[in-house]
Amino acid sequence: MSASDIYKELILDYYRNPRNFGKLDQFDISSHDTNPLCGDEIDIQIKVGNGNKIEQIKFFGKGCAISQASASMLTELAKGKDLTWVKQLAKEDILRLLGNPDLGPSRIKCALLGMKVLKTGVYGYLGTKLED
Amino acid sequence: MLKAETLDVERIRQDFPILQRKVHGQRLVYLDNAATSQKPKQVIDTLVDYYSRYNSNVHRTVYTLGEEATEAYESSRKRVARFVGAAPRELVFVRGTTEASNLVRFAWGEKSVKSGDTIVTTIMEHHSNIVPWQLLAKQKGAKLKFVGMLPDGTLDMAQFEEVLKESPRLVAVTHCSNVLGTINDVTRICSKAKKAGATTFVDGAQAVPHMPVDVSTIGCDFYAFSGHKMLGPTGIGALAGRKELLSEMEPFQGGGEMIREVFLDHSTWNDVPHKFEAGTVNIADTIGLGAAVDYLTTLGMARVRNHELGLLKYAMETLSKVKGFQHYGPQDMALKGGVVSFNLADIHPHDLATILDEEGVAIRSGHQCAQPLMGWLDVAATCRASFYVYNSYDDIDALCAGLEKARSIFKI
Repeated sequence: MSASDIYKELILDYYRNPRNFGKLDQFDISSHDTNPLCGDEIDIQIKVGNGNKIEQIKFFGKGCAISQASASMLTELAKGKDLTWVKQLAKEDILRLLGNPDLGPSRIKCALLGMKVLKTGVYGYLGTKLED
Repeated sequence: MLKAETLDVERIRQDFPILQRKVHGQRLVYLDNAATSQKPKQVIDTLVDYYSRYNSNVHRTVYTLGEEATEAYESSRKRVARFVGAAPRELVFVRGTTEASNLVRFAWGEKSVKSGDTIVTTIMEHHSNIVPWQLLAKQKGAKLKFVGMLPDGTLDMAQFEEVLKESPRLVAVTHCSNVLGTINDVTRICSKAKKAGATTFVDGAQAVPHMPVDVSTIGCDFYAFSGHKMLGPTGIGALAGRKELLSEMEPFQGGGEMIREVFLDHSTWNDVPHKFEAGTVNIADTIGLGAAVDYLTTLGMARVRNHELGLLKYAMETLSKVKGFQHYGPQDMALKGGVVSFNLADIHPHDLATILDEEGVAIRSGHQCAQPLMGWLDVAATCRASFYVYNSYDDIDALCAGLEKARSIFKI
Protein backbone atom coordinates (compact mmCIF):
# COMPACT_ATOMS: atom_id res chain seq x y z
CA MET A 1 0.00 0.00 0.00
CA SER A 2 1.37 3.39 -0.93
CA ALA A 3 1.36 6.64 0.98
CA SER A 4 -1.38 8.05 -1.21
CA ASP A 5 -3.56 5.11 -0.13
CA ILE A 6 -2.94 5.84 3.56
CA TYR A 7 -3.56 9.55 3.20
CA LYS A 8 -6.96 9.24 1.59
CA GLU A 9 -9.18 12.23 0.97
CA LEU A 10 -11.22 11.22 4.02
CA ILE A 11 -8.29 11.32 6.45
CA LEU A 12 -7.01 14.62 5.08
CA ASP A 13 -10.50 16.06 5.38
CA TYR A 14 -10.81 15.08 9.05
CA TYR A 15 -7.24 16.31 9.70
CA ARG A 16 -7.93 19.75 8.27
CA ASN A 17 -11.58 20.03 9.39
CA PRO A 18 -11.86 17.89 12.50
CA ARG A 19 -15.43 17.20 13.62
CA ASN A 20 -16.23 17.56 17.34
CA PHE A 21 -13.00 19.49 17.87
CA GLY A 22 -13.00 21.73 20.94
CA LYS A 23 -13.90 21.74 24.61
CA LEU A 24 -17.18 21.21 26.47
CA ASP A 25 -18.30 23.78 29.06
CA GLN A 26 -19.59 21.01 31.26
CA PHE A 27 -18.33 17.48 31.23
CA ASP A 28 -18.27 14.38 33.42
CA ILE A 29 -15.28 12.68 31.83
CA SER A 30 -11.98 14.22 30.81
CA SER A 31 -9.10 12.14 29.62
CA HIS A 32 -5.70 12.93 28.14
CA ASP A 33 -2.81 10.96 26.71
CA THR A 34 0.16 11.40 24.45
CA ASN A 35 2.12 9.31 22.03
CA PRO A 36 5.75 9.96 22.96
CA LEU A 37 7.02 8.77 19.59
CA CYS A 38 5.23 11.41 17.54
CA GLY A 39 4.33 13.90 20.22
CA ASP A 40 0.65 13.38 19.36
CA GLU A 41 -1.70 14.64 22.05
CA ILE A 42 -5.39 13.91 22.47
CA ASP A 43 -7.87 15.12 25.07
CA ILE A 44 -11.44 13.83 25.09
CA GLN A 45 -14.30 15.29 27.15
CA ILE A 46 -17.69 13.65 27.59
CA LYS A 47 -20.97 14.84 29.05
CA VAL A 48 -22.81 11.76 30.31
CA GLY A 49 -26.59 11.79 29.86
CA ASN A 50 -29.46 9.66 31.15
CA GLY A 51 -28.84 5.93 31.18
CA ASN A 52 -25.05 6.42 31.00
CA LYS A 53 -25.24 7.60 27.40
CA ILE A 54 -22.53 9.67 25.74
CA GLU A 55 -24.64 12.81 25.38
CA GLN A 56 -21.90 15.13 24.19
CA ILE A 57 -18.31 14.42 23.24
CA LYS A 58 -15.50 16.65 22.06
CA PHE A 59 -11.80 16.23 21.54
CA PHE A 60 -8.83 18.51 21.15
CA GLY A 61 -5.15 17.98 20.61
CA LYS A 62 -2.40 18.16 18.10
CA GLY A 63 -0.44 15.67 16.11
CA CYS A 64 -0.22 13.79 12.84
CA ALA A 65 -3.07 13.40 10.37
CA ILE A 66 -3.70 9.80 11.39
CA SER A 67 -4.01 10.53 15.12
CA GLN A 68 -6.22 13.58 14.73
CA ALA A 69 -8.49 12.13 12.04
CA SER A 70 -9.03 8.87 13.91
CA ALA A 71 -9.87 10.70 17.16
CA SER A 72 -12.34 12.91 15.34
CA MET A 73 -14.03 9.96 13.60
CA LEU A 74 -14.18 8.11 16.90
CA THR A 75 -16.05 10.96 18.62
CA GLU A 76 -18.65 10.88 15.84
CA LEU A 77 -19.05 7.15 16.25
CA ALA A 78 -19.27 7.35 20.05
CA LYS A 79 -21.89 10.09 20.29
CA GLY A 80 -25.18 8.72 21.59
CA LYS A 81 -23.74 5.32 22.51
CA ASP A 82 -23.81 3.74 25.98
CA LEU A 83 -20.63 4.11 27.98
CA THR A 84 -20.40 0.30 28.15
CA TRP A 85 -20.15 0.27 24.34
CA VAL A 86 -16.65 1.68 24.74
CA LYS A 87 -15.54 -1.57 26.39
CA GLN A 88 -16.01 -3.66 23.26
CA LEU A 89 -14.36 -1.08 21.00
CA ALA A 90 -11.35 -2.70 19.33
CA LYS A 91 -8.42 -1.87 17.09
CA GLU A 92 -10.30 -3.20 14.04
CA ASP A 93 -13.11 -0.68 14.56
CA ILE A 94 -10.67 2.22 14.39
CA LEU A 95 -8.87 0.86 11.33
CA ARG A 96 -12.25 0.38 9.62
CA LEU A 97 -13.10 4.04 10.29
CA LEU A 98 -9.84 5.03 8.61
CA GLY A 99 -10.54 2.82 5.60
CA ASN A 100 -8.23 -0.02 6.67
CA PRO A 101 -4.90 1.58 5.84
CA ASP A 102 -1.85 -0.67 6.08
CA LEU A 103 -0.11 1.07 8.97
CA GLY A 104 3.22 -0.20 10.24
CA PRO A 105 3.81 -1.06 13.92
CA SER A 106 4.90 2.48 14.81
CA ARG A 107 2.17 4.39 12.99
CA ILE A 108 -0.63 2.19 14.31
CA LYS A 109 -0.07 3.81 17.71
CA CYS A 110 -1.06 7.13 16.13
CA ALA A 111 -4.31 5.60 14.92
CA LEU A 112 -5.17 4.05 18.29
CA LEU A 113 -4.34 7.01 20.54
CA GLY A 114 -7.91 8.40 20.48
CA MET A 115 -9.35 5.00 21.44
CA LYS A 116 -6.85 4.71 24.30
CA VAL A 117 -7.87 8.12 25.63
CA LEU A 118 -11.58 7.31 25.31
CA LYS A 119 -11.20 3.96 27.06
CA THR A 120 -9.06 5.40 29.87
CA GLY A 121 -11.63 8.14 30.53
CA VAL A 122 -14.70 5.91 30.40
CA TYR A 123 -13.15 3.07 32.43
CA GLY A 124 -12.13 5.57 35.10
CA TYR A 125 -15.62 7.03 35.20
CA LEU A 126 -17.36 3.65 35.35
CA GLY A 127 -14.93 2.51 38.05
CA THR A 128 -15.82 5.50 40.17
CA LYS A 129 -19.54 4.92 39.59
CA LEU A 130 -19.22 1.29 40.64
CA GLU A 131 -17.55 2.32 43.88
CA ASP A 132 -20.45 4.71 44.54
CA MET B 1 30.93 25.27 -8.51
CA LEU B 2 28.63 24.75 -5.55
CA LYS B 3 28.52 21.05 -6.36
CA ALA B 4 32.27 20.61 -5.94
CA GLU B 5 32.57 17.99 -3.21
CA THR B 6 35.47 17.89 -0.86
CA LEU B 7 35.26 14.14 -0.34
CA ASP B 8 35.19 11.38 -2.93
CA VAL B 9 31.64 10.39 -2.06
CA GLU B 10 31.32 7.73 -4.77
CA ARG B 11 34.37 5.92 -3.41
CA ILE B 12 33.26 6.34 0.21
CA ARG B 13 29.84 4.90 -0.60
CA GLN B 14 31.50 1.66 -1.74
CA ASP B 15 32.68 1.14 1.86
CA PHE B 16 29.14 1.09 3.28
CA PRO B 17 27.34 -2.20 2.50
CA ILE B 18 23.97 -0.91 3.75
CA LEU B 19 23.89 1.77 1.06
CA GLN B 20 23.49 -0.99 -1.53
CA ARG B 21 20.11 -2.02 -0.18
CA LYS B 22 16.73 -0.93 -1.45
CA VAL B 23 13.85 0.35 0.64
CA HIS B 24 10.38 -0.03 -0.91
CA GLY B 25 12.19 -0.73 -4.17
CA GLN B 26 14.05 2.58 -4.03
CA ARG B 27 17.69 3.44 -3.45
CA LEU B 28 18.28 4.03 0.28
CA VAL B 29 18.79 7.73 0.95
CA TYR B 30 19.92 7.79 4.56
CA LEU B 31 19.52 11.24 6.10
CA ASP B 32 19.21 10.40 9.80
CA ASN B 33 22.87 10.62 10.70
CA ALA B 34 22.30 12.77 13.76
CA ALA B 35 20.44 9.77 15.23
CA THR B 36 23.02 7.18 14.21
CA SER B 37 25.46 6.78 11.36
CA GLN B 38 25.96 3.81 9.05
CA LYS B 39 29.08 1.64 9.40
CA PRO B 40 31.84 1.09 6.83
CA LYS B 41 33.04 -2.44 6.15
CA GLN B 42 36.36 -1.48 7.79
CA VAL B 43 34.49 -1.21 11.11
CA ILE B 44 32.28 -4.26 10.55
CA ASP B 45 35.34 -6.35 9.58
CA THR B 46 37.11 -5.33 12.79
CA LEU B 47 34.26 -6.75 14.87
CA VAL B 48 34.23 -10.01 12.90
CA ASP B 49 38.02 -10.24 13.15
CA TYR B 50 37.99 -9.80 16.93
CA TYR B 51 35.32 -12.45 17.49
CA SER B 52 36.84 -14.82 14.91
CA ARG B 53 40.49 -14.55 15.85
CA TYR B 54 41.29 -13.22 19.33
CA ASN B 55 38.10 -12.97 21.44
CA SER B 56 39.15 -13.02 25.11
CA ASN B 57 38.94 -10.82 28.18
CA VAL B 58 41.22 -7.83 28.61
CA HIS B 59 43.57 -6.77 31.43
CA ARG B 60 43.47 -10.07 33.31
CA THR B 61 45.02 -12.78 31.19
CA VAL B 62 48.57 -13.76 30.28
CA TYR B 63 47.86 -15.95 27.26
CA THR B 64 48.28 -14.79 23.66
CA LEU B 65 44.62 -14.09 22.89
CA GLY B 66 44.23 -11.97 26.01
CA GLU B 67 47.36 -9.99 25.26
CA GLU B 68 46.20 -9.32 21.72
CA ALA B 69 42.76 -8.23 22.92
CA THR B 70 44.26 -5.95 25.59
CA GLU B 71 46.65 -4.44 23.06
CA ALA B 72 43.81 -3.80 20.58
CA TYR B 73 41.58 -2.34 23.31
CA GLU B 74 44.23 0.03 24.68
CA SER B 75 45.42 0.94 21.19
CA SER B 76 41.86 1.98 20.45
CA ARG B 77 41.90 4.19 23.56
CA LYS B 78 45.06 5.93 22.32
CA ARG B 79 43.62 6.59 18.85
CA VAL B 80 40.22 7.75 20.13
CA ALA B 81 41.92 10.03 22.68
CA ARG B 82 44.25 11.50 20.05
CA PHE B 83 41.24 12.05 17.77
CA VAL B 84 39.75 14.53 20.28
CA GLY B 85 43.00 15.94 21.70
CA ALA B 86 42.84 14.12 25.04
CA ALA B 87 45.48 12.07 26.83
CA PRO B 88 44.73 8.31 26.76
CA ARG B 89 44.56 8.06 30.55
CA GLU B 90 41.99 10.88 30.56
CA LEU B 91 39.66 8.94 28.28
CA VAL B 92 37.05 6.68 29.88
CA PHE B 93 35.09 4.30 27.67
CA VAL B 94 31.35 4.36 28.35
CA ARG B 95 28.22 3.15 26.55
CA GLY B 96 27.65 6.56 25.00
CA THR B 97 27.03 10.22 25.77
CA THR B 98 24.07 9.38 28.01
CA GLU B 99 26.17 7.09 30.19
CA ALA B 100 28.88 9.76 30.27
CA SER B 101 26.57 12.44 31.68
CA ASN B 102 25.19 9.93 34.16
CA LEU B 103 28.73 8.95 35.19
CA VAL B 104 29.47 12.61 35.92
CA ARG B 105 26.18 12.95 37.77
CA PHE B 106 27.06 10.12 40.14
CA ALA B 107 30.86 10.02 40.34
CA TRP B 108 31.34 13.80 40.42
CA GLY B 109 27.91 15.19 41.35
CA GLU B 110 27.32 13.06 44.46
CA LYS B 111 30.34 14.58 46.18
CA SER B 112 30.52 18.02 44.59
CA VAL B 113 26.96 19.36 44.42
CA LYS B 114 25.34 20.58 47.63
CA SER B 115 21.93 21.86 48.63
CA GLY B 116 21.30 25.36 47.29
CA ASP B 117 23.95 25.06 44.55
CA THR B 118 23.13 26.10 41.00
CA ILE B 119 23.49 23.85 37.96
CA VAL B 120 23.31 25.56 34.57
CA THR B 121 22.31 23.99 31.27
CA THR B 122 20.47 25.34 28.20
CA ILE B 123 17.10 24.85 26.52
CA MET B 124 18.74 23.59 23.33
CA GLU B 125 20.01 20.41 25.01
CA HIS B 126 19.26 16.81 24.18
CA HIS B 127 17.41 15.07 27.03
CA SER B 128 20.68 13.33 27.96
CA ASN B 129 22.10 16.69 29.01
CA ILE B 130 18.99 17.74 30.95
CA VAL B 131 17.50 14.76 32.77
CA PRO B 132 20.67 13.63 34.67
CA TRP B 133 21.03 17.19 36.03
CA GLN B 134 17.33 17.33 36.92
CA LEU B 135 17.79 14.13 38.91
CA LEU B 136 20.96 15.46 40.56
CA ALA B 137 19.34 18.80 41.41
CA LYS B 138 16.32 17.07 42.90
CA GLN B 139 18.42 14.70 44.96
CA LYS B 140 20.68 17.44 46.31
CA GLY B 141 18.15 20.26 46.61
CA ALA B 142 20.11 22.24 44.02
CA LYS B 143 18.66 24.72 41.51
CA LEU B 144 18.66 23.92 37.79
CA LYS B 145 18.81 27.02 35.56
CA PHE B 146 18.33 27.07 31.79
CA VAL B 147 20.03 29.51 29.43
CA GLY B 148 17.64 30.50 26.66
CA MET B 149 18.16 31.26 22.98
CA LEU B 150 17.98 34.27 20.70
CA PRO B 151 15.52 34.19 17.78
CA ASP B 152 18.31 33.09 15.42
CA GLY B 153 18.73 29.83 17.34
CA THR B 154 21.98 30.76 19.11
CA LEU B 155 22.47 30.82 22.87
CA ASP B 156 21.55 33.98 24.76
CA MET B 157 25.05 34.83 26.01
CA ALA B 158 23.81 37.84 28.00
CA GLN B 159 21.56 35.53 29.98
CA PHE B 160 24.45 33.11 30.39
CA GLU B 161 26.62 35.89 31.86
CA GLU B 162 23.77 36.76 34.20
CA VAL B 163 23.38 33.23 35.56
CA LEU B 164 27.16 32.95 36.05
CA LYS B 165 26.80 35.60 38.77
CA GLU B 166 25.19 32.87 40.88
CA SER B 167 28.54 31.01 40.84
CA PRO B 168 27.12 27.73 39.53
CA ARG B 169 28.75 24.43 40.45
CA LEU B 170 28.27 22.99 36.97
CA VAL B 171 27.73 24.33 33.46
CA ALA B 172 26.54 21.63 31.05
CA VAL B 173 26.21 22.62 27.40
CA THR B 174 26.06 21.00 23.99
CA HIS B 175 28.81 21.61 21.44
CA CYS B 176 26.35 21.26 18.57
CA SER B 177 22.54 21.11 18.78
CA ASN B 178 21.04 17.87 17.49
CA VAL B 179 17.95 19.76 16.34
CA LEU B 180 19.03 23.17 15.10
CA GLY B 181 22.61 22.31 14.24
CA THR B 182 23.75 25.40 16.19
CA ILE B 183 27.47 25.17 16.90
CA ASN B 184 28.13 26.77 20.28
CA ASP B 185 31.34 28.59 21.07
CA VAL B 186 32.17 26.11 23.82
CA THR B 187 35.71 27.46 24.24
CA ARG B 188 34.30 30.85 25.21
CA ILE B 189 31.52 29.32 27.31
CA CYS B 190 33.96 27.09 29.24
CA SER B 191 36.39 29.95 29.80
CA LYS B 192 33.64 32.15 31.27
CA ALA B 193 32.23 29.27 33.31
CA LYS B 194 35.66 28.45 34.68
CA LYS B 195 36.23 32.07 35.74
CA ALA B 196 32.93 31.86 37.62
CA GLY B 197 34.23 28.76 39.41
CA ALA B 198 32.05 26.21 37.62
CA THR B 199 32.95 22.71 36.46
CA THR B 200 32.10 22.25 32.78
CA PHE B 201 30.52 19.35 30.89
CA VAL B 202 30.28 19.48 27.09
CA ASP B 203 28.00 17.15 25.11
CA GLY B 204 29.97 16.50 21.93
CA ALA B 205 27.72 13.81 20.44
CA GLN B 206 26.92 15.95 17.37
CA ALA B 207 30.33 17.60 17.09
CA VAL B 208 33.01 14.87 17.23
CA PRO B 209 31.58 12.96 14.23
CA HIS B 210 31.37 16.06 12.05
CA MET B 211 34.19 18.55 12.72
CA PRO B 212 37.69 18.77 14.18
CA VAL B 213 37.45 18.74 17.99
CA ASP B 214 40.27 19.39 20.45
CA VAL B 215 39.21 19.15 24.07
CA SER B 216 42.41 20.73 25.37
CA THR B 217 41.72 23.87 23.31
CA ILE B 218 38.10 23.93 24.48
CA GLY B 219 39.34 23.83 28.07
CA CYS B 220 36.38 21.89 29.45
CA ASP B 221 36.48 19.58 32.46
CA PHE B 222 34.39 16.83 30.83
CA TYR B 223 33.65 16.13 27.17
CA ALA B 224 31.37 13.28 26.07
CA PHE B 225 30.57 11.64 22.73
CA SER B 226 29.03 8.50 21.21
CA GLY B 227 30.72 6.05 18.86
CA HIS B 228 27.64 5.02 16.90
CA LYS B 229 27.15 8.52 15.49
CA MET B 230 30.72 8.52 14.08
CA LEU B 231 30.74 5.31 12.00
CA GLY B 232 31.40 3.14 15.08
CA PRO B 233 29.30 0.41 16.69
CA THR B 234 26.44 1.08 19.10
CA GLY B 235 27.08 0.72 22.82
CA ILE B 236 30.43 2.46 22.91
CA GLY B 237 31.37 6.07 23.55
CA ALA B 238 33.80 8.04 25.60
CA LEU B 239 34.10 10.57 28.38
CA ALA B 240 37.23 12.70 28.28
CA GLY B 241 37.90 14.24 31.68
CA ARG B 242 40.62 16.28 33.32
CA LYS B 243 43.00 13.93 35.12
CA GLU B 244 42.84 15.77 38.46
CA LEU B 245 39.06 15.58 38.50
CA LEU B 246 38.92 11.94 37.45
CA SER B 247 41.47 11.05 40.14
CA GLU B 248 39.51 12.79 42.91
CA MET B 249 36.14 11.38 41.85
CA GLU B 250 34.46 8.39 43.44
CA PRO B 251 33.90 5.33 41.23
CA PHE B 252 30.75 5.15 39.09
CA GLN B 253 30.06 1.41 39.31
CA GLY B 254 31.72 -1.13 41.59
CA GLY B 255 32.92 -4.52 40.44
CA GLY B 256 35.77 -6.20 38.66
CA GLU B 257 38.50 -4.30 36.82
CA MET B 258 37.87 -1.00 38.60
CA ILE B 259 39.55 -2.15 41.85
CA ARG B 260 43.12 -2.30 43.04
CA GLU B 261 42.58 -4.35 46.20
CA VAL B 262 39.41 -5.73 47.75
CA PHE B 263 39.10 -6.51 51.46
CA LEU B 264 35.99 -7.59 53.28
CA ASP B 265 35.45 -4.15 54.81
CA HIS B 266 36.74 -1.84 52.08
CA SER B 267 38.38 -1.63 48.66
CA THR B 268 40.86 0.56 46.90
CA TRP B 269 40.50 1.78 43.34
CA ASN B 270 42.36 1.10 40.14
CA ASP B 271 44.07 3.96 38.31
CA VAL B 272 42.17 6.33 36.07
CA PRO B 273 40.60 5.57 33.59
CA HIS B 274 40.13 1.91 34.67
CA LYS B 275 38.53 3.09 37.93
CA PHE B 276 35.48 3.98 35.82
CA GLU B 277 35.38 0.86 33.66
CA ALA B 278 33.84 -1.74 35.97
CA GLY B 279 33.22 -5.29 34.81
CA THR B 280 34.15 -6.81 31.47
CA VAL B 281 34.24 -3.86 29.14
CA ASN B 282 32.75 -3.63 25.65
CA ILE B 283 35.90 -4.95 23.97
CA ALA B 284 34.67 -5.60 20.44
CA ASP B 285 32.88 -2.30 20.03
CA THR B 286 35.78 -0.35 21.51
CA ILE B 287 38.08 -1.90 18.92
CA GLY B 288 35.41 -1.10 16.32
CA LEU B 289 35.37 2.53 17.43
CA GLY B 290 39.15 2.61 16.94
CA ALA B 291 38.61 1.51 13.34
CA ALA B 292 35.95 4.21 12.88
CA VAL B 293 38.36 6.86 14.15
CA ASP B 294 41.03 5.57 11.74
CA TYR B 295 38.55 5.84 8.88
CA LEU B 296 37.60 9.42 9.79
CA THR B 297 41.25 10.38 10.33
CA THR B 298 42.07 9.18 6.82
CA LEU B 299 39.24 11.30 5.40
CA GLY B 300 40.34 14.30 7.49
CA MET B 301 37.86 16.01 9.79
CA ALA B 302 38.32 19.45 8.21
CA ARG B 303 37.30 17.92 4.87
CA VAL B 304 34.37 16.13 6.51
CA ARG B 305 33.15 19.48 7.84
CA ASN B 306 33.64 21.15 4.45
CA HIS B 307 31.76 18.38 2.71
CA GLU B 308 28.82 18.73 5.11
CA LEU B 309 28.91 22.51 4.76
CA GLY B 310 28.59 22.08 0.99
CA LEU B 311 25.62 19.74 1.43
CA LEU B 312 24.07 22.11 3.95
CA LYS B 313 24.31 25.11 1.63
CA TYR B 314 22.89 23.13 -1.29
CA ALA B 315 20.08 21.75 0.91
CA MET B 316 19.10 25.17 2.23
CA GLU B 317 19.13 26.58 -1.30
CA THR B 318 16.99 23.82 -2.84
CA LEU B 319 14.68 23.08 0.09
CA SER B 320 13.73 26.73 0.61
CA LYS B 321 12.31 26.67 -2.93
CA VAL B 322 9.78 23.99 -1.89
CA LYS B 323 6.52 25.79 -1.15
CA GLY B 324 5.58 25.54 2.52
CA PHE B 325 9.11 24.67 3.69
CA GLN B 326 9.88 26.17 7.08
CA HIS B 327 13.39 25.90 8.49
CA TYR B 328 14.40 26.07 12.18
CA GLY B 329 17.85 27.14 13.29
CA PRO B 330 20.66 29.53 12.42
CA GLN B 331 20.78 30.97 8.90
CA ASP B 332 24.51 31.54 9.24
CA MET B 333 25.99 28.30 7.89
CA ALA B 334 29.29 28.91 9.70
CA LEU B 335 27.38 28.44 12.97
CA LYS B 336 25.52 25.35 11.82
CA GLY B 337 26.33 21.64 11.64
CA GLY B 338 24.97 19.43 8.85
CA VAL B 339 21.47 19.33 10.30
CA VAL B 340 18.30 20.75 8.75
CA SER B 341 15.20 20.80 10.94
CA PHE B 342 12.03 21.80 9.17
CA ASN B 343 8.31 21.46 8.70
CA LEU B 344 6.35 21.39 5.47
CA ALA B 345 3.10 23.40 5.50
CA ASP B 346 0.54 21.68 7.76
CA ILE B 347 1.89 18.17 7.23
CA HIS B 348 2.79 16.54 10.52
CA PRO B 349 6.43 15.32 10.58
CA HIS B 350 5.39 11.69 11.02
CA ASP B 351 3.09 11.82 8.02
CA LEU B 352 5.91 13.37 6.00
CA ALA B 353 8.41 10.75 7.19
CA THR B 354 6.02 7.96 6.18
CA ILE B 355 5.67 9.43 2.68
CA LEU B 356 9.44 9.93 2.32
CA ASP B 357 10.10 6.37 3.52
CA GLU B 358 8.24 5.09 0.49
CA GLU B 359 10.74 6.95 -1.65
CA GLY B 360 13.59 5.29 0.23
CA VAL B 361 14.40 8.53 2.08
CA ALA B 362 15.03 8.10 5.82
CA ILE B 363 14.66 11.24 7.95
CA ARG B 364 13.92 11.75 11.63
CA SER B 365 10.53 13.03 12.68
CA GLY B 366 9.32 13.87 16.15
CA HIS B 367 10.55 15.81 19.15
CA GLN B 368 14.18 14.74 18.49
CA CYS B 369 14.76 14.00 22.22
CA ALA B 370 14.63 17.75 22.86
CA GLN B 371 11.15 18.56 24.16
CA PRO B 372 12.13 21.83 25.90
CA LEU B 373 13.56 23.04 22.59
CA MET B 374 10.35 22.03 20.77
CA GLY B 375 8.49 24.16 23.32
CA TRP B 376 10.76 27.10 22.51
CA LEU B 377 10.14 26.62 18.78
CA ASP B 378 6.43 26.35 19.61
CA VAL B 379 6.03 23.17 17.59
CA ALA B 380 5.12 19.66 18.71
CA ALA B 381 7.63 18.08 16.40
CA THR B 382 9.89 18.71 13.43
CA CYS B 383 11.42 16.79 10.56
CA ARG B 384 15.19 16.54 10.49
CA ALA B 385 17.56 15.69 7.68
CA SER B 386 21.17 15.26 8.79
CA PHE B 387 24.19 14.57 6.62
CA TYR B 388 27.37 12.59 6.72
CA VAL B 389 30.38 11.58 4.66
CA TYR B 390 28.47 9.28 2.30
CA ASN B 391 25.68 11.72 1.46
CA SER B 392 25.65 13.30 -1.98
CA TYR B 393 23.83 16.12 -3.70
CA ASP B 394 21.64 13.42 -5.30
CA ASP B 395 20.43 12.53 -1.79
CA ILE B 396 19.24 16.10 -1.26
CA ASP B 397 17.55 16.05 -4.67
CA ALA B 398 15.76 12.86 -3.59
CA LEU B 399 14.62 14.58 -0.40
CA CYS B 400 13.29 17.51 -2.43
CA ALA B 401 11.43 15.19 -4.80
CA GLY B 402 9.90 13.44 -1.77
CA LEU B 403 8.72 16.75 -0.34
CA GLU B 404 7.06 17.61 -3.65
CA LYS B 405 5.30 14.25 -3.61
CA ALA B 406 4.09 14.92 -0.05
CA ARG B 407 2.75 18.29 -1.18
CA SER B 408 0.83 16.61 -3.91
CA ILE B 409 -0.63 13.89 -1.61
CA PHE B 410 -1.63 16.50 0.96
CA LYS B 411 -2.98 18.72 -1.83
CA ILE B 412 -0.91 21.76 -0.92
